Amino acid sequence: MRDAIAMPSPIRVSRGIGEAAAAWVLCAPAMIALFLLLLGPTAALLVLSFSDWELGAPELAWIGLGNYEELTTDPVFRIALRNTILYVGVVMPLSIGLGLGVALLVEGGARLRATFRAIYFLPVVSLLVAMATAWQYLLHPTIGPVNRLLGMVGVAPINWLGSSDWVMVSLCMIGVWENLGFVVVLFMAGLTAIPRELYAAAELDGARSAMDRFRLVTWPLLGPTTLFVVTITAIRCLRVFDTVQALTRGGPNNASQMLLYVMYQEGFSYFRIGYSAAITVVFLAIVLLLMLVQTRILERRVHY
Amino acid sequence: MRSETGRAILIEGIEKSFGKTSILKGVSLELREGEFLSLVGPSGCGKTTLLRIIAGLESADAGRVRIGGRDITQLRAADRDIAMVFQNYALYPHLTVAQNLAVPLVMRRLTAMERVPLLRHLVPGHAARRAAITAEVREAAEMLRLGHLLARRPAELSGGQRQRVALGRALVRHPSAFLMDEPLSNLDAELRAGTRREIVELHRRAGVTTIYVTHDQVEAMTMSDRVAVMMEGELLQLGTPREVYENPVDLRVAGFLGSPRINILPVMAAPDGLRLGALLLPLRAQAAPGAALSLGLRPEALHLAHEGLAATVEHLEFLGAEVLLHARLHAPEARVTARLPLAAAAPLRLGDAIHLRTEWRDAMLFGEDGKRLRGIPAEQRLDA
Repeated sequence: MRDAIAMPSPIRVSRGIGEAAAAWVLCAPAMIALFLLLLGPTAALLVLSFSDWELGAPELAWIGLGNYEELTTDPVFRIALRNTILYVGVVMPLSIGLGLGVALLVEGGARLRATFRAIYFLPVVSLLVAMATAWQYLLHPTIGPVNRLLGMVGVAPINWLGSSDWVMVSLCMIGVWENLGFVVVLFMAGLTAIPRELYAAAELDGARSAMDRFRLVTWPLLGPTTLFVVTITAIRCLRVFDTVQALTRGGPNNASQMLLYVMYQEGFSYFRIGYSAAITVVFLAIVLLLMLVQTRILERRVHY
Repeated sequence: MRSETGRAILIEGIEKSFGKTSILKGVSLELREGEFLSLVGPSGCGKTTLLRIIAGLESADAGRVRIGGRDITQLRAADRDIAMVFQNYALYPHLTVAQNLAVPLVMRRLTAMERVPLLRHLVPGHAARRAAITAEVREAAEMLRLGHLLARRPAELSGGQRQRVALGRALVRHPSAFLMDEPLSNLDAELRAGTRREIVELHRRAGVTTIYVTHDQVEAMTMSDRVAVMMEGELLQLGTPREVYENPVDLRVAGFLGSPRINILPVMAAPDGLRLGALLLPLRAQAAPGAALSLGLRPEALHLAHEGLAATVEHLEFLGAEVLLHARLHAPEARVTARLPLAAAAPLRLGDAIHLRTEWRDAMLFGEDGKRLRGIPAEQRLDA
């Protein structure tokens, strides 16, 4: 890119200042668009998080870190933060572990690869809010098939979505179901990119068992894919919202509150835009931290 | 110093089809201990498939493979004691050169538990085995001039260096046989010539029986003890480079080996002898009158003369000490190439009318089926 800009242009500009000015002028449209569409809203959000603005209010006051102070004492926010971390901590490893297993099985099989891929991808492309209805039926305490099946083996009915003990388990289960296909498809793409010759070489080098070949070839060569999958899945899990909104609305008794749902409630139900912005800033900070960890630490170790 | 690792290889009646396409149609081949044999043929002739069957990476539909008298047809690749060098090297990209070289030893000598970080320190005798592996890796690396590159990853190496690492990984465990699948095809021309010689020297030192697959006839001719020419799933000829060049048994072998290509001229079996155009050749062959035969003349078998086959100079290629003369014969109408010494070709100009002469007893005759016919000088009786 730099070369292209430095090329002599047909419009004669005097060297030095003129060239620099021309560069700024040529860059300006892209930079303005970048600022207006991407950086601007984020900056506005940051600014709003230092205010007590409520939607429709004629004026606002700057309260500095007031919103953030409130966050530290707000019990709902603390539950939401804890639940979100728990959700990421459970759903991410489970869906990545299971997804890798499924991808290896499907890729290792001789036929129907495309069919399996399509089936596993179904939850990703289907509308989650609509699929939540199906989950609501499946997990219904009295008429739901899950409880009926469990009843056959003598397990007492469980109030999956209505009890504060079970609601997070249910949401995590649905989360794994939702993310599994995504992970499978990404890993399958990663697996097809591994040269077949390496497996032949590994076999000749004496890697007899599937585990040997996995450790010698598959796992290291999947490194970049795994890194991408971990980042994407972590962010997808952090953003969990649809299932909470459709199935539990944060209940019962705030037991299934999540970061984005609290943000949504504060901003769009109670119209406390300033407070909602502060929650969003916390959310963005966590996402940024994750990306930083990815680029700074992990990337150095998985690329070759 | 020849090691004792070289083993004879016996390949018997290997057949292989992919779906309805028959790739190998009953190939048999015998390699002597420590021999360097090239499998040469055009793309798609089945040579790589044969190599993969010998390695155990592909299973044959029929036939057997023996190494040193032991039938290994049913053994899996890891148990065959064969090393292979792949066309694109197949180095482990995440491992350093030292680790790449160590893989065959680590996989064979260390238990699964010893290969797990931390756990390995619990296994008695582990440190000594590790040290032995490190020493052998270093030895192989020195032999291949890789000593200063041991800490690098494949991505940081040049093509030639990667190629040497691939060779080293095959060499380090002293296998019974080496299989090489076009190992030079990814190198540039200059490097290829040097590496060719290096591989031959390495083979001489290690004495391991080697099968070398290539589509490049120069590699096959310059490196091998013997050459096996394959085409369309069949082994057409097996012999020393000189035998297959001077005495090809099949028109396809004659056409494949030699650069520039052999000149093929149509010959008619007439009742009174063989005719090239109107010319009656001083040759006879056992062929039915009317049969359309082919006459093969190597470019170096044609000479300028005052009489003989009339031709017109069409193109001259200057090669230094020699000149390639491309000429059009008048009867029969055909293009031929002659390899001439510079002095003989110097006066030639495009469009010149010339005559070409050959020693007819050097000419090779091929029948209608492409198989070699014995040419008999006309002064001898056919039944002699």
